[in-house]
Amino acid sequence: MGVIFIPVGLVTLRASHCVIIHSMVVEIVDRYDIDCVPEPSRMDKVSYIQDDSIPKNCSRFMKVHKYMKAPIYIYYQLDNYYQNHRRYVKSRSDKQLLDGQKYHDTSSCQPVESNNNRPIVPCGLIAWSLFNDTFKFIREGAELIVNRKNIAWKSDRGHKFGKNIYPFNFQNGTLIGGGKLNPEIPLSDQEDLIVWMRTSALPSFRKLYGRIEEDLDVDDVVVVNLMNNYNTYSFGGKKKLVLSTSSWLGGKNDFLGHACVFVGCSSLSLAIIFMLLHVKYRRPYGDMSYLPWNRKSFSG
Amino acid sequence: MGRARLLRKIASNIESNLCILGASGIEDKLQQGVPEAIESLRTAGIKVWVLTGDKQETAISIGYSSKLLTSKMTQVIVNSNSKESCRKSLEDAIIMSKKLTTMSGTTNETGRTLGSGSTPVALIIDGTSLVYILDSELEERLFELACNCSVVLCCRVAPLQKAGIVSLVKKRTSDMTLAIGDGANDVSMIQMADVGVGISGQEGRQAVMASDFAMGQFRFLVPLLFVHGHWNYQRMGYMILYNFYRNAVFVLVLFWYVLFTCFTLTTAINEWSSVLYSVIYTSVPTIVVGILDKDLSRLTLLKHPQLYGAGHRDECYNKTLFWITMLDTLYQSVVVFFIPLLAYWGSTIDASSIGDLWTLAVVILVNLQLAMDVIQWNWITHAAIWGSIIATFICVIIIDAIPSLVGYWAIFEIAKTRLFWCCLLAIIVTALIPRFVVKVLYQFYAPCDVQIAREAEKFWAQNQSAAGEVEMSPILDHPRR
Repeated sequence: MGVIFIPVGLVTLRASHCVIIHSMVVEIVDRYDIDCVPEPSRMDKVSYIQDDSIPKNCSRFMKVHKYMKAPIYIYYQLDNYYQNHRRYVKSRSDKQLLDGQKYHDTSSCQPVESNNNRPIVPCGLIAWSLFNDTFKFIREGAELIVNRKNIAWKSDRGHKFGKNIYPFNFQNGTLIGGGKLNPEIPLSDQEDLIVWMRTSALPSFRKLYGRIEEDLDVDDVVVVNLMNNYNTYSFGGKKKLVLSTSSWLGGKNDFLGHACVFVGCSSLSLAIIFMLLHVKYRRPYGDMSYLPWNRKSFSG
Repeated sequence: MGRARLLRKIASNIESNLCILGASGIEDKLQQGVPEAIESLRTAGIKVWVLTGDKQETAISIGYSSKLLTSKMTQVIVNSNSKESCRKSLEDAIIMSKKLTTMSGTTNETGRTLGSGSTPVALIIDGTSLVYILDSELEERLFELACNCSVVLCCRVAPLQKAGIVSLVKKRTSDMTLAIGDGANDVSMIQMADVGVGISGQEGRQAVMASDFAMGQFRFLVPLLFVHGHWNYQRMGYMILYNFYRNAVFVLVLFWYVLFTCFTLTTAINEWSSVLYSVIYTSVPTIVVGILDKDLSRLTLLKHPQLYGAGHRDECYNKTLFWITMLDTLYQSVVVFFIPLLAYWGSTIDASSIGDLWTLAVVILVNLQLAMDVIQWNWITHAAIWGSIIATFICVIIIDAIPSLVGYWAIFEIAKTRLFWCCLLAIIVTALIPRFVVKVLYQFYAPCDVQIAREAEKFWAQNQSAAGEVEMSPILDHPRR
């Protein structure tokens, strides 16, 4: 019987843990891709986003509903964006990221391998589709400083992207997929690219944009001046901006908390049921008279 | 033909006016332990038929001395020398046996009477009758008659007829047949049966060379069947179900992921882990448990031959068990896949990290399920199961320490977060709870004989002092199933 209580104990422990954790995270989410399209272009958003003559700036207001302690993480969230699509995931060359133009076998990067007979560094669809919306944050007239360093994994910066490799012939083709890269910064310092190239597992994901190193008080209104450059309109994707106090993967996710509570409750009720059954219908342990051939009441 | 008659005439001419000086008798001794062995086999519900080349009287007396025939049995003797008289004898015998057994016996689900009750019937038939019966339409009648009898004794049987009788049974039922013999005349029978056992001894090694199992004495058949046969059946049945489960859980996780990658075949778990899954992560515990697990001790199995019936009743592997296992597999794969999916939806997680979580979750789950089902623990089992889990962690760490792979450093990044360990715990508990609950309910409230025997063994192990080397004790009159 004691064995039955072990999973129950574990589960209730977990439930209490989860409940504690999930109440500490404060998040503000703002979907801006529809609202940032000016009225006249609402009918044809794709041509709006592809037209360079229309200015893409947009202002959004985010109201802080609870005290947020620094550091506050800024994420951009994309929905219905399949970064886990097989052809997309394969379209990169890790060797070229380390060796640059010296590495020639970049056939996995097709069709974004070369342009005008000159190689593209970094090649592949992942790099080509780099996210390029930008955000500036203003609170009470003063701009909040956004720390855009150290947003990528240290291991990626150190070992997967070359320190002497510079972007070359990047985003020069007829079809523009995303942002451009500054050819004077080496790849290991192009943190947006590094973050983007760690392809996400799920169709709805967020990526770290930067950090705000100040606290935000309740009822503060943060004005966000953003450049709505990135095209998610062609495939029905959504763009959201998220300010969150948690750094660990997951953020404010109610699911695990609810699941813990549910499983905890059902385990507890099972334990109670077992206890009652055990008390009422006890079968003597190892009693040989229960063997079918020993039972006196056994009738063919 | 008149040959036999003429021979008799000449013999009576020569052998007259003889003065008897004495008589010598030769006893063909039975091996040690044969009566007890046969008794155990019959208690276990195994039908024992004796096929011998000896004369009828010899065969019957051997039957009595080996406890095959008892004084309580009614003997039905079929000795015919033409097809018509065979047919008539068989019909009469069937009617008589039915009358005797339905008076006091029991019938099982297939409608065949098992001959249990106070007047079991023994069929004694000789080789000359078998000549007319085998390979003709009378085989069916013989089979029917033989099923009504608890013992069949065939005498004056030629070697090919022995094989014919074995195939008569094999063709008509899905039951397993085992033939055991020690001479060259048993070879065809040994080869015809599903399992052939040869006894090496006085008559040379012909039987041994043709057999699947060879032993020194007849009584060793009992441990072969009741101990090793039982263990192997239980292990085999469990292993088949477990292997289906182990592989299906893994593949189903990959399947569920495909639904979320726009139906392209991106693998949730990286290729190296997929390969190592069957090689390092989960193979050693499977092998170790499949070889070493024992559900009951040797002594218990020999003491209670009725426990062998678990195999007859398909208790370790049957359709119901299979489909329930598959359902449980489906449920567990859903739990393993969807808990991380929902927990990490809309987060920054990358494919390699969540792949590591799925890998570790599946491996730990599969090994813990095996741990829940293992009956006899010893140090090798412990080493295999916990060692595999540790080896998995090590392999995942090594794979994520290779810079040229995509998932470089993923495990270290994700293992720093509490959500990862929460998810792992959540998956294991949620996935195992239904199976655990069902097992507990079934074992407490509807236990099978093996379960009761196991409890008795464990419970009374402390109370029993050394019982001594009692291999087989004679079973008293227990009503058989």
